Amino acid sequence: MELFANLGLGFETALSPDNILYCFIGVLLGTLVGVLPGIGPTATIGLLLPITFNFEPVSALIMLAGIYYGAQYGGSTTAILINLPGESSSAVTAIDGYKMARQGRAGPALATAALGSFFAGTVTTLILALFAPPLARVALQFGSPEYFSLLVLGLLASIALAHGSVVKALAMIVLGLLLGLVGQDIYTGTPRFTFGQFELYSGISFVSLAVGVFGVAEILRNLEHETIRTVAVKHVSGLWLSKDDFKRIIAPVLRGTAVGSVLGILPGGGHVLAAFASYSLEKKVSKEPEKFGTGAIEGVAGPESANNAGAQTSFIPLLTLGIPAHPVMALIIGAFIIQGITPGPNVVTDEPELFWGIIVSMWLGNLFLVLLNLPLIGLWVRMLTIPYRVLFPAIIAFASIGTFSIHLNAFDVYAIAVLGIIGYVLVKLDCEPAPLLLGFVLGPLLEEHLRRAMIISRGDPMVFIERPISAGLLLAAAIAVVIAILPSVRRKREEVFQEED
Amino acid sequence: MLGALKDLLAGLVFIAFGLAFGYASLGYDIGSALRMGPGYFPLFLSGILTVLGVVILVQGFFQTEESPIGPTPWLALVLLVGALFIFGFTVQGLGLVPSLMITVFMSAFASRHTGVLGAIALTIGLTLVCVLIFVYGLGLPLRLLGPWLDF
Repeated sequence: MELFANLGLGFETALSPDNILYCFIGVLLGTLVGVLPGIGPTATIGLLLPITFNFEPVSALIMLAGIYYGAQYGGSTTAILINLPGESSSAVTAIDGYKMARQGRAGPALATAALGSFFAGTVTTLILALFAPPLARVALQFGSPEYFSLLVLGLLASIALAHGSVVKALAMIVLGLLLGLVGQDIYTGTPRFTFGQFELYSGISFVSLAVGVFGVAEILRNLEHETIRTVAVKHVSGLWLSKDDFKRIIAPVLRGTAVGSVLGILPGGGHVLAAFASYSLEKKVSKEPEKFGTGAIEGVAGPESANNAGAQTSFIPLLTLGIPAHPVMALIIGAFIIQGITPGPNVVTDEPELFWGIIVSMWLGNLFLVLLNLPLIGLWVRMLTIPYRVLFPAIIAFASIGTFSIHLNAFDVYAIAVLGIIGYVLVKLDCEPAPLLLGFVLGPLLEEHLRRAMIISRGDPMVFIERPISAGLLLAAAIAVVIAILPSVRRKREEVFQEED
Repeated sequence: MLGALKDLLAGLVFIAFGLAFGYASLGYDIGSALRMGPGYFPLFLSGILTVLGVVILVQGFFQTEESPIGPTPWLALVLLVGALFIFGFTVQGLGLVPSLMITVFMSAFASRHTGVLGAIALTIGLTLVCVLIFVYGLGLPLRLLGPWLDF
């Protein structure tokens, strides 16, 4: 069996002492930023990107991936213990998880979250191993028109899943695309929108944008209403599930994993939507829907499995097509490029060790996470008592040093400040930053494939409709927009996101 | 009442970006659909952005629901932005340690709950941690004290 040989190669890579260590550091950092509200994996990975320059490619990517899915675990701890989502995808977990904690059942809630996540992580690792290589083979046949249509689909689908105004999300994507075009034109070398600044010839620094918009803007947002957090549950005991609890979570975990695996592949924060969708689903199939919101263990099991499943399947479009499903994946693409690897269908065949190493490391990372989160829960509870006024100067300090150290250039630090202000203004006007970052990363790719496709077709735009795969992708993109605009769907969407409050 | 202020402002922001990028694009070779110049795609996107901005603006006029913008932490904004600029400006001249200390000290006051003593403690602690992690741990080539301090 080819699969076993491949997984064997993956184990060999992931189990080297170095990589085990990096995987562990990744999930540890991930749990930490997941636990702490106000710092997310996007800003963290952005900050750590420059540091991974000197690592082996496999180690760097294993660690960065670990931060991402580790944050999903950590986020649920915060949600359950202090009713604040440490991570946007764990917002739903707070609904029933916090109620459980108030009833003295924090232990079972945390155990459910960890076990559900672990199960989902194991299943989706297998899904990744099974489906990514054939998908990559299909993707190898793609030409520029197909890539262009695929990128359009990715961008437009991301708005269907974002919450808030569809038009604003679209505008944010386009603004992101434009910001992504700053710098020298790939064909003619003409510097565009650089104001004569030499530093801008190579484009706006990706790290500065991520840190500015997701770090600085977020800090300002949090400082609007400074509140002092209180940790209701200081001591967690009884981390094991009773037989009855165990029986009750099996079905929600299975359903959550299925929902999450499918939605995670979709662009635009699929894991966040997955958690919400799973919660709605559990409420619908439950015989006692009135129990939801009062501490139903199913309301923790489903969404927690779903968000972890989604976090992991969102690597599928990245590893097979080289297209990020959301901002964190966009940053990981940045990491690939820094390491001199072009993410896309070639990775499976050209860098099998890297590809399979990452996949196996995810399973290993999930195992670490269960160990980190259950026995060491006391440590994380204590982390929650670190006040925000200590955290944000630390973020600013790390951001300054990290960004400066990439090119030893002060310009990148100034850029954080400027982009942070722009980001803050936009967030304040209810424009979500995620589509902006997605557009920023995809802008240059979109332009390149558009120009190349037009040269191939001799200037005939019909090429996008005449080629069947491209036409199908564009059709899917159109459907995504229509769905997002349909009044009934919009209401439903608002309803789903309402549960957040 | 004019409608939803947030939407009106958001619309204006997007229109401003659209027009600015569009104007700049006109300065580059536009080319044709077959051989697109460097200005073609940006000009196209700027057009879309401007139109979207107008749509948001118009929607804002008809939006009757009020959505307050909420408070803005002006002091924090000035302090944090200032801290970042000062870091960028001084890190090579003063060196990492003094530059970082100023940055952390300034940003600490962005919180209403931090007093002078707290800020000093935070400054010393964080600078120590950062130097240990970045200079000794990761071996970044940053000077602890810069040439401005050489006598």
